[in-house]
Amino acid sequence: MLTLGIETSCDETGIALYHGERGLLAHALHSQVAMHAEYGGVVPELASRDHIRRIVPLIRETVKMAACELSDVDAIAYTQGPGLAGALLVGASVAAALAYALNIPTLGVHHLEGHLLSPLLEENPPAFTFIALLVSGGHTQLMEVGGVGRYALLGETLDDAAGEAFDKTAKLLGLGYPGGPALSKLAEQGTPGRFKLPRPMINSGDLNFSFSGLKTAVLTLARKHAPDEASRADIARAFQEAIVEVLTVKALAAVQQTGHRRLVVAGGVGANRQLRAQLSGAAQRQGIDVYYPKLEFCTDNGAMIAFAGAQRLRHLNTQDRRFNVRARWELNQLEAV
Amino acid sequence: MHRRNHIQFTRYLRDEAATNALGAELAARLEPGLIIYLCGDLGAGKTALTRAILRALGFVGKVKSPTYTLVEPYEVSRLNLYHFDFYRFNDPHEWLDAGFRDYFNAESICLVEWPEKADGLLPPADVRILLEIQDVGRMADITAETKKGEQCLQRMAQ
Repeated sequence: MLTLGIETSCDETGIALYHGERGLLAHALHSQVAMHAEYGGVVPELASRDHIRRIVPLIRETVKMAACELSDVDAIAYTQGPGLAGALLVGASVAAALAYALNIPTLGVHHLEGHLLSPLLEENPPAFTFIALLVSGGHTQLMEVGGVGRYALLGETLDDAAGEAFDKTAKLLGLGYPGGPALSKLAEQGTPGRFKLPRPMINSGDLNFSFSGLKTAVLTLARKHAPDEASRADIARAFQEAIVEVLTVKALAAVQQTGHRRLVVAGGVGANRQLRAQLSGAAQRQGIDVYYPKLEFCTDNGAMIAFAGAQRLRHLNTQDRRFNVRARWELNQLEAV
Repeated sequence: MHRRNHIQFTRYLRDEAATNALGAELAARLEPGLIIYLCGDLGAGKTALTRAILRALGFVGKVKSPTYTLVEPYEVSRLNLYHFDFYRFNDPHEWLDAGFRDYFNAESICLVEWPEKADGLLPPADVRILLEIQDVGRMADITAETKKGEQCLQRMAQ
């Protein structure tokens, strides 16, 4: 069965084709594909969340990359929520219209289910049950993933996501926005231990996070010390150490509490070198296997939606053509399959 | 043209408790249709003040930063409250493209962080709150910009 996946919940328009036996055939994000011709030579900077203009060219491009025809598609999975209502509606309505024209079923997929199952797109996927640390600009969560539709939220951020904290701290240090990766680079030149920032909620006894207060702590440091390159690097270092330590301690605590020895680190922050080094080192000492999915599957993408949809469509016989979106949608409302 | 403001006052917010107290005062005066701009630099406490307002209204769930999602909707105490953050906008037209015009209606309360990023398109504020970082704590500068805003802030200003 060939499933077309459509993701439009936030910034990225992501399209993918997933085949039940042959795996992922093609996937594309609007930012990666040369669609210049479609726009008369210019990819509009303006309206970066304007999914309408790019979704159809991107579907055409993906079908072409997969060397198949639109008529080969057997089902369409789209992100139904949570996310921006207007953005979600673009994907949902295109999915429904295409499905109607092709006389095939559609299925609304939960965005976070896509993220949680995306490690299974890898060649050496983790077996269920595993713990997932999802750390990105929009999410900081620890989940227990027991199977398709079997998710338990173990902890999450109470305010800012870890990636957001990186981006905003970068801005506070004059690195522009979003500057998370630039901040990590600057931190590598910093002197460890010169500054010490708080580790928010590290002893809270639960698996929740809070990163908003670190902004104030960084601001206070940055006001006190001259804005020279060395001080900025040292502050960046202290900031990164604080975040990495909190993420490492809580992720390993989640593994210990649940007894599952597999940890998946997904999301853009999962690419952070210091986080990987510290987490892998500590996990190895404790006999825990850590999985880092490819970055392209960690950030928002269509492949995870096609894949999650395909898993559900295997067990579901639907001909429903109605569509709706859910700006708010709790993961625990999903049915297990 | 904007009419002249008759209500404008400042509050010194020494700590989180002071922020929560201001949030509670504002929460008690919220009316459907009200638009509140929350201005101030990164880390000034815009989301913290929003959280204080929502807590005072009885919302017990998490109040996360809407920087990434652009809007977080809340239904609390029979009010539809939308917490916006336009920090990531590069162009005010993104406000239109994101489909947010419908959120600003007579039934909803809109709290908007970084309104300047949608300048010229966003409906005007009834109340504008500017948060400034001090050596210790924050200073809140609160202004009514419409008749409706004045009604909201009446009795809050000493």
